[in-house]
Amino acid sequence: MEYIIIIVSAIFVNNIVLSQFLGICPFLGVSNKLSTATGMSGAVCFVITLATLVTYLLNQYLLVPFGLEFLQTIAFILVIAALVQMVEIVLKKISPSLYQALGIFLPLITTNCAVLGVAITVVTKEFTFGAESHMLNLGQAIVYALATSVGYGLAMVLFAGLREHLALNEVPKSFKGLPIALITVGILALAFLGFSGIV
Amino acid sequence: MGKWSTFTDGFVKNNPTFVLVLGMCPTLATTTSAVNGLEMGLATLFVLVLSNIVISLLAPVVPDKVHIPVYIVVIATFVTVLQFIMQAYTPDAYKTLGLFIPLIVVNCIVLGRAEAFANKHGVLESLLDGLGVGFGFTVSLTVIGIVREILGSGSVFGWKFISGDGILAFVMAPGAFLVLGYLMVLFNKYLKKS
Repeated sequence: MEYIIIIVSAIFVNNIVLSQFLGICPFLGVSNKLSTATGMSGAVCFVITLATLVTYLLNQYLLVPFGLEFLQTIAFILVIAALVQMVEIVLKKISPSLYQALGIFLPLITTNCAVLGVAITVVTKEFTFGAESHMLNLGQAIVYALATSVGYGLAMVLFAGLREHLALNEVPKSFKGLPIALITVGILALAFLGFSGIV
Repeated sequence: MGKWSTFTDGFVKNNPTFVLVLGMCPTLATTTSAVNGLEMGLATLFVLVLSNIVISLLAPVVPDKVHIPVYIVVIATFVTVLQFIMQAYTPDAYKTLGLFIPLIVVNCIVLGRAEAFANKHGVLESLLDGLGVGFGFTVSLTVIGIVREILGSGSVFGWKFISGDGILAFVMAPGAFLVLGYLMVLFNKYLKKS
């Protein structure tokens, strides 16, 4: 039951882009075309899940026993940077086609605040399940990371679809580009607000 | 003159929010009220100025291949220092801004200024650039915060001038996107010289 709550909450109710404001830069940057948006979501999904696994273990077995929690920020960002680099190298060797498809998005993910955001959230925040609230265990943390990145992909793909249509329309000069895109996201976020209260 | 314009460029010509469109996440997430926007701006200013100074000093001795990881460690160090300071002296602000304090590490403004400015310029100029961009960011965040607070809760800096609730959506997620979008339109129309 707790897993279902985590999944629904992470994808719809607390959507990472539309209600938590994480990962906005790539969200606005690469959502011009549906195909690049899908590529970016795939890469983010991969890295968020992997990074959460590694940082969760690092925190539990190294930082907490030695009382070094204050190093979380530094340790996590280094892990993420190294991880992205490693994924890039491994992918290049094992699956050149996937590497080609993800291309420039991989190195960009280091500075995507969604990755660091999720990693910090799972080790510091208590989650509420009905009446009780507690920290996530490893399995729940992984599910949360996976569901969050699915939510990221959902928002990204929806928005890319809207933007492709937007490009065909005449908009006033001052609204061109980002302003109209932001207003569109605003309306999309308004729609997602309808999900609040489900869990 | 040259040094003065390094400082003032951050306000309009290189405004991090409305022109460079960097650091969108904290801009949208923490501007639920004028005070929150101001606090987030000042926190970023602190990290920006100190990391700009240190990176301008380090740049000549750091090998080119590892410069990004080195910069990130420098920035992360100052963010950790900031976390300690805020926990000690402004625990309330630390609680409201929450996750977005550690996330200053991945704020593209800080790394962006390090890459684009501090590693090519001297200490004094980097300091001025950090101050200029930092204040530009603070002003933008405060303005967005003021607009959202007026529409969303009918008050300015906590001083309430309408009894009852405002339009709740403006202090929630959708309002952030809408207010930023419309402010950007106004900025494009009246301030940007094409």
